[in-house]
Amino acid sequence: MIWRSFSRPEKFSIYRKQFVQEVDSIGLSSIGIVALMSVFMGAVIALQTASNMDSPLLPAYTVGFTARQSILLEFSPTIIALILAGKVGSNIASEIGTMRVTEQIDALDIMGVNSAAYLILPKIVAGLFIFPFLIIISMFLGIFGGWFICISTGVVSSNDYIYGIQYDFIPFHVAYALIKTVVFAFIITTIASYHGYYAKGSALEVGRSSTNAVVSSSILILIFNYIITQLLLI
Amino acid sequence: MIEIKNISKSFGDTEVLTDINFSFYQGKVNMIIGQSGSGKSVLTKCIVGLHEPDQGEVLYDGQDFLKLSLDEKKDIRRNIGMLFQASALFDSMTVEENVGFPLRMFTDMKTAEVKKRVDECLDRVNLVGKNHLYPSETSGGMQKRIAIARAISMKPAYLFCDEPNSGLDPETSIVIDNLIQEITYEMDITTIVITHDMNSVIEIGDHIMFLYNGNKWWSGDKQDILSSKNQELNDFVYASKFMKTLKEKLAP
Repeated sequence: MIWRSFSRPEKFSIYRKQFVQEVDSIGLSSIGIVALMSVFMGAVIALQTASNMDSPLLPAYTVGFTARQSILLEFSPTIIALILAGKVGSNIASEIGTMRVTEQIDALDIMGVNSAAYLILPKIVAGLFIFPFLIIISMFLGIFGGWFICISTGVVSSNDYIYGIQYDFIPFHVAYALIKTVVFAFIITTIASYHGYYAKGSALEVGRSSTNAVVSSSILILIFNYIITQLLLI
Repeated sequence: MIEIKNISKSFGDTEVLTDINFSFYQGKVNMIIGQSGSGKSVLTKCIVGLHEPDQGEVLYDGQDFLKLSLDEKKDIRRNIGMLFQASALFDSMTVEENVGFPLRMFTDMKTAEVKKRVDECLDRVNLVGKNHLYPSETSGGMQKRIAIARAISMKPAYLFCDEPNSGLDPETSIVIDNLIQEITYEMDITTIVITHDMNSVIEIGDHIMFLYNGNKWWSGDKQDILSSKNQELNDFVYASKFMKTLKEKLAP
């Protein structure tokens, strides 16, 4: 399926249009949930860090530092990817699965359209393109959520938090997060497409393929999270 | 013209089609009839290349489809129009986008030319002005007509109709049957209709094959079918009270 998906498109203009639609459906429609998750995630990380700092020897900027590191390295790329595996993965699997069981994919094949390429390639490319933007937005909003909760509850001053998020900043950590994001985007779009494309039977099977897509891509995300971290950070 | 020679197909240990030979003629409504599970849909999928038969040949105007390269198969498929049982319209597209899809995908026609051809096809199936509806906003009969419009948009040489009347009321079924027949004669194409609807067979069947347990059991035209002495065919044709009554009235 993957090889067929990457074969030469019949007509680039049609695929370009599909790509734009997928960027909208996979990416732009996910901004709301990503923003909401990120702000609250950042706020909770900041609060938990502050509440666990009993020692007066620990400087106040540790809250900002810890929030930044947690958000950049793990929460934004991995937790948001797991959320997207649920939202985008189930959407892709059920969309393609429904097309399969209602013979729409057969209709494409009989017309002479490479159905795998037409349906799957734009989703993969759109995912690889838009997920990094979503994760960058998530990073900013997560750090902002931490700052907002710190100044609104007064657990740490704004200056300390801002100093903390700049302290000992390693730009490679952003690159590491984006590399993970691209790998996760590929996992989510391909696994979901696979489960949808090979769905059989009725609406019940479409539901099952959607669930399987979310479960398998979540497991793969966790495994690849470990492998990439081992390769890039250790 | 499409010819099938010695087509057999099994799924695991279950033999679904056994050594089937038949010719589907150009300019005629060819029909494959038979009970549910007799192998009609599998045979059709073998002919259009969705299933690969275990043995045999499928000849499209003399070209063996199964021996062609992928690109050559695509060329033939662009000459095939297909009407699916559940219409298989793309539900994310409007009627106009559905009908124009093959034109946009496979031709270099400009937007205005595509629109003109789409309007012609919708006019042919009596759906003028329905361009901007989505399939979910149309009735079952309209969906069949939209699917016919999409199937003929590329001016195909071969038209396949898989149970075109399923789920339709008798009046709408006749409209769809007549449309298929008119298009076949007008465009001089090879049409293959898969059905178990005897009304359709009597209405438009020019050349008929009866499948029974995966075997070609009988073939002929609609006049022959009513007078056949074949027991299995008679059981199928005269299964309904209506057909039994008709037979008694027509009996000399």
